[in-house]
Amino acid sequence: MQRFTCPFCGLRDEREFSFAGESGKTRPDTAAEVSDADWSAYLFTGTNPRGRTDEIWVHTPCQEYFRMIRDTVTMEVLETVPLRRDPS
Amino acid sequence: MTYSAFRLFREGLRGQRGWTQAWRSPDPAAEYDIVIVGGGGHGLATAYYLAKRHGPLRVAVVEKGWLGGGNTGRNTTVIRSNYFFPESTALYDLSVQLYEGLSRELNYNIMFSQRGMLVTCHSEAEMEMGARTVNAIRLNGTDADLLGTAQVRALAPILNFSPDARYPIHGAIWQGRAGTARHDAVAWGYARAADSLGVDIIQNCEVTGFVVEGGTCKGVETTRGTIRAGRVGMAVAGHSSALGTRAGIALPIQSYALQAFVTEPVKPIIDQVAFSPAYGAYFSQSDRGGLVIGGGLDRVPSYGQRGNTPLHDEVLGGLVDFAPILARTKLLRHWAGIVDVTPDSSPILGASGLPGLFLNCGWGTGGFKAIPAGGYLFAHILAEGAHHDISRPFDLDRFVTGRLIDEGAAAGIAH
Repeated sequence: MQRFTCPFCGLRDEREFSFAGESGKTRPDTAAEVSDADWSAYLFTGTNPRGRTDEIWVHTPCQEYFRMIRDTVTMEVLETVPLRRDPS
Repeated sequence: MTYSAFRLFREGLRGQRGWTQAWRSPDPAAEYDIVIVGGGGHGLATAYYLAKRHGPLRVAVVEKGWLGGGNTGRNTTVIRSNYFFPESTALYDLSVQLYEGLSRELNYNIMFSQRGMLVTCHSEAEMEMGARTVNAIRLNGTDADLLGTAQVRALAPILNFSPDARYPIHGAIWQGRAGTARHDAVAWGYARAADSLGVDIIQNCEVTGFVVEGGTCKGVETTRGTIRAGRVGMAVAGHSSALGTRAGIALPIQSYALQAFVTEPVKPIIDQVAFSPAYGAYFSQSDRGGLVIGGGLDRVPSYGQRGNTPLHDEVLGGLVDFAPILARTKLLRHWAGIVDVTPDSSPILGASGLPGLFLNCGWGTGGFKAIPAGGYLFAHILAEGAHHDISRPFDLDRFVTGRLIDEGAAAGIAH
């Protein structure tokens, strides 16, 4: 059993987490006209890298979404980063 | 050399000294009409059908490791065509039909055993959905039946029929033409037949990049030099995204590990392939007696060819509820393959977006059963530069047009 670090709850069982997608994608502005190709790229296309990857995950019990940087071959988790910024 | 019972008998008397190499190991030529990247089942079948049906063509298969060392040698060998959508049934039933004649066609015993497959239903509501699935499969033009509990018990008495089971068995969807085959033999049979038709099979030769001239793919860069080609076909399963990146194309694919297990050999106890979506496990028995067990995908995207423990526990836990007699059977081996999962759990066949480069990928967890059809259709695409009627719905453009073939949703499981 692997454990992932939730930025808010600390080390937790991997079964508590769900993969949500690759990070760095920006949702097209749907108030404007979006081409089918751009919408398809946003919805479906990814880099799916072998090795270091930067992804969005959710910790199901606390419902926080965060960035997880890990290696898809060794499965080592390199870093988890909150998406939230502190209010300032 | 033609394989036959007579040849086997003669070699038995002669100390097995007369067997010759099943295929050559040629050095790559500088140029081919068609180069196929990936020496698994799909790549080798593609080469065979190119040479057989579309020749004369100069064809090469380039493989970074050994033949059938990826998912072709890592699956649970199930062959079936019990799909919900007509497009899928057309594709997978073409595969079953080709499998039915394959041992004879290739002169190689792939041990295709049409032992039938049970997909168990565990409530009256599931039986209603089962009836819907059976009707859909029949309307799609292939065979399926809905069995009641007594019929399932007569076929597979070792399943858990207790009314107190976690998921009591109410019946099953049955496809009698489904079955299993020897996975290595499928790769080797196609390799031998393709080689005898003049295809160069080049192993230990990794593709490191693509030759692109004027925006068109004109060949591949490999660890054994540049190989030019009129058209290039990619059939690399779980590594499609990684290779696609080298061609500058991004694909709608996520790679996951899919685990499988085999137990110590035991006496024959199950004649069919038995699959319970509720327990998340399926199994069949190999000719050697080992129980070959599979389940769903790992939940963590991965390129590591090994499984993780949560799915291991889920599959084996489900299995011992599904067939409690297996609880004390020892596992011999446990492994994983990297599968290329698309958003709609259906494969991608056709143009890649880079002219000259074509795709055969996205089979996810169901690539083995599709090998003959995948090869047959991909050969057509590579020879003609255009789709076959059966492959057209599986073009990459469906992710732009929105005309998905969502078999994941149709079956209610991750394929």
